[in-house]
Amino acid sequence: MATTSVELPRARYDYGGDEFIFVELDEAMSLEANFKAMAITSALREENVDGVIDICPSNASYLIRIDPDRVNPAELVARLEGLERTVQPLAADKTLHTRLVDVPVLYNDPWTHETLMRFRDRHQDPEASDLEYAARINGFDTVPQVIDALSGAPFLVTMIGFVPGLPFCYQMVPKERQIEVPKYVRPRTDTPERAFGFGGAFAVVYPVRGAGGYQLFGLAPAPVFDLSQSLADFRESIVFPRPGDILRYRSIDQTEFDAVRAEVEKGTFRYRIREYEFSPAHFLADPDGVNNELLEVLYR
Amino acid sequence: MSDVLVRKGGLHTTVQDKGRDGYYSLGMPPSGAMDQYSYRVANMLVGNPDGAAALEATYVGPTLEFTDDRYVAVTGADAPVTINGEPVERWSTLRVRAGDVLEFAMLSAGARLYVAVSGGIGVEEYLGSRSTYTLTGLGGFQGRALKDDDRLPLDDDGATPPAVGSTLTEKLRPAFPHVATLRTMIGLCSYRVTKDSMREFSEVPWKVTKDADRIGYRLRGGRLRFVDRKPPHGAGSDPANVVDLGYPIGSIQVPGGDEPIVLLNDAVTAGGYATVGTVISVDRDTIAQTKSGDQVRFEPVDLDTALAARRDRRDRLERARASLRR
Repeated sequence: MATTSVELPRARYDYGGDEFIFVELDEAMSLEANFKAMAITSALREENVDGVIDICPSNASYLIRIDPDRVNPAELVARLEGLERTVQPLAADKTLHTRLVDVPVLYNDPWTHETLMRFRDRHQDPEASDLEYAARINGFDTVPQVIDALSGAPFLVTMIGFVPGLPFCYQMVPKERQIEVPKYVRPRTDTPERAFGFGGAFAVVYPVRGAGGYQLFGLAPAPVFDLSQSLADFRESIVFPRPGDILRYRSIDQTEFDAVRAEVEKGTFRYRIREYEFSPAHFLADPDGVNNELLEVLYR
Repeated sequence: MSDVLVRKGGLHTTVQDKGRDGYYSLGMPPSGAMDQYSYRVANMLVGNPDGAAALEATYVGPTLEFTDDRYVAVTGADAPVTINGEPVERWSTLRVRAGDVLEFAMLSAGARLYVAVSGGIGVEEYLGSRSTYTLTGLGGFQGRALKDDDRLPLDDDGATPPAVGSTLTEKLRPAFPHVATLRTMIGLCSYRVTKDSMREFSEVPWKVTKDADRIGYRLRGGRLRFVDRKPPHGAGSDPANVVDLGYPIGSIQVPGGDEPIVLLNDAVTAGGYATVGTVISVDRDTIAQTKSGDQVRFEPVDLDTALAARRDRRDRLERARASLRR
């Protein structure tokens, strides 16, 4: 087994009222915590426990929704503690069958810029745009440099939630290269549909227009949520991303943005997707090597 | 099959049922009737099976014209109800004929009205539920609140309701106290807030602001202080920031410390602001009947109390059903 850089503390178990069990694997984010959350939740899914309604892997935690009339919450917690001890997500031969996906993004676009300027009173740095602020606090000299860093390496989908189909994504680079920004001081009441946002160490694409607390960096031309299911990638589900997907938020220009929009509107757009057997242990041992391979497979 | 003609949609009237379970991990909240007790009693009163779709109206009820003979019942908030201009009983089995018009006056207490019609609202199921989730425009009637002149389909009426005029005893109806008590299990990320602040949280009355809807209720009244810390990797540096996690329905997040938000049936399912606890499932019925300007108080309870409250609600529903058979 590969040596891991993060030793997880003992998980913390808590109740969210009588219908939810919240399990925090770590207060801090790490790929190790996320791999563990995914492994425990998929093991639990296979056990088909009566009374378990929803199993939601999250970034460094997971959430279970239960019907306490059918399953005793304390007994379920004991069962989850058992899984915490036995599940080994980082065994050398453990792989995740996943998808590599190219997600075009127009960074620094006019639409999210217009929105973020309307909410400067809720922001840490009212004088700067969200990208200028992110560049400054992360030690970049210019906005294009921070865009290059975001576009340069892929992200792992570590949680789906907030609203249907929103992928929380954690960049697959060593911790010291991870970009981090706070969430807005108070959440905005408006965010454009398909906005590319960033909060903490997570990138997201907002599926629908609505509230939001993440810094706004760009706009994706292709949807992550399609209620009409008219696009081929949405035939099976109204939401596109899944936990464990690997997305590359590729920087595009206005011309490509317009071309993708036109395809989406004609109903012909398809994401570039490649199937991939991803080894968490291999990745943690050689992140840059694996990233090069991911990009090569994706664009081959 | 028949229609109900929606002469007036009211302020915000949607089709709701028990809720849409099993899609939380996609980010889809359960939706469903906010006050499940009143919703379930409404179905009993018209002889519908548990889980039939009904209407939930917020603050201002709709005006409905029937096109055939049906049983109908109105529960939830206190608001005078008329059929063809004649006052009728709430929490009662009523009979309507083609052409009859059901109408509401201003409500005097509570916030949400439930209207059940025998046969149930006949919109298509979407992912196993007829509930409306307006944020993404799915479920219910065209994924939205009712508008004037909509025609709302009804299912075939094979209902065998209690005798017309059967009425639920006052004792089994919800009360609307001046300050509503919300029993709450403290926890989740409450470690982010100081001990004094957590005491203040459960001692002060909080006022429901105008931002109070099916997604969540924003409250004002106290000011919570965060414990100083070096932010953990990935959270973000604001004091209320945590690594984004799942939000239970009923959980209370505290973005700035001065505006707790209680998440409800159409809530966001995850996010990165600290949460300090969760209102127990039974008391979501209670908060659903509070409105802007009302006050609520959080009462810390443990899991056993929450489970006992569920049993108590089930008993009350059984007593309601038994009392209507006669």
